Amino acid sequence: MTLAAAFFYLFSIVTIASAVMVISARNPVHSVLFLILAFVNAAGLFLLTGAEFLAMILVVVYVGAVAVLFLFVVMMLDVDFAELKQGFLQYLPVGMLVGLVVLVELITVIGVWSVAPQAALNTPTPANLSNTEAIGRVLYTQYVYLFQAAGFVLLTAMIGAIVLTLQHRTNVRRQNIAEQNARTRASAIEVKKVPSRAGV
Amino acid sequence: MVIGLEHYLIVAAVLFTLGVAGIILNRKNVIVILMSIELILLSVNLNLVAFSAQLHDLTGQIFALFILTVAAAEAAIGLAILVTYFRNRGTIAVEDINMMKG
Repeated sequence: MTLAAAFFYLFSIVTIASAVMVISARNPVHSVLFLILAFVNAAGLFLLTGAEFLAMILVVVYVGAVAVLFLFVVMMLDVDFAELKQGFLQYLPVGMLVGLVVLVELITVIGVWSVAPQAALNTPTPANLSNTEAIGRVLYTQYVYLFQAAGFVLLTAMIGAIVLTLQHRTNVRRQNIAEQNARTRASAIEVKKVPSRAGV
Repeated sequence: MVIGLEHYLIVAAVLFTLGVAGIILNRKNVIVILMSIELILLSVNLNLVAFSAQLHDLTGQIFALFILTVAAAEAAIGLAILVTYFRNRGTIAVEDINMMKG
């Protein structure tokens, strides 16, 4: 058994085991941590196939951003998770049944697939470039419109998340710089004639 | 022993199955449902990258990159909706989300 095969089995077994723990852990914090483990090992699988750039992006985007977002939300929301876990055993038979059916179908498909001979290779991998450079050369030329569209998707997600979660409290006094700069002496100061021995 | 395309496809199929089963098993907990969706998208990415390596075609990796983008956007929006819902109702149980039912 070669070293690559040994690492393939290590990464895939850890990925699948941590995916099982994601859906069956009692505490959602543990679920998030197992999700991180699954993503790191999937990045290892990507490395084995030669997709180095995607492996690094997976670690940066998922472990660095998405998983931390999940962890933040799970810890911020004060939810009774034991109550949410109640239906687990009740749904276990139907879940196992659906999972088994899907798995059998997928493996059946994997057993008989073949590549159509007339299928043309769109962007063959250049032999003398690194993975990152090859992706960059294709992404910024042939797929540049899709790249821009992905940017718009992220912009929409950012605006949507801000609009959904931003809340203006009404009883908080805020600094209004324009109003401050627009003040003049006439509007701010008033001279009163105070008669002597009468008070204001 | 050579690790071929089929090995990767079977790992991806098992991950996809676990994601689907996770949605059914954790029907009450939206956070775990979102994590199951992330697992499903990860298995799709694994498929694309495995085919890309097998066929020596970069398109699979490009599209895996776009799926990664969409998955990140989906997680951000989903969690924002979750936070807003929790702020309004004080719970995140899925069966309570039925106000728009006629």
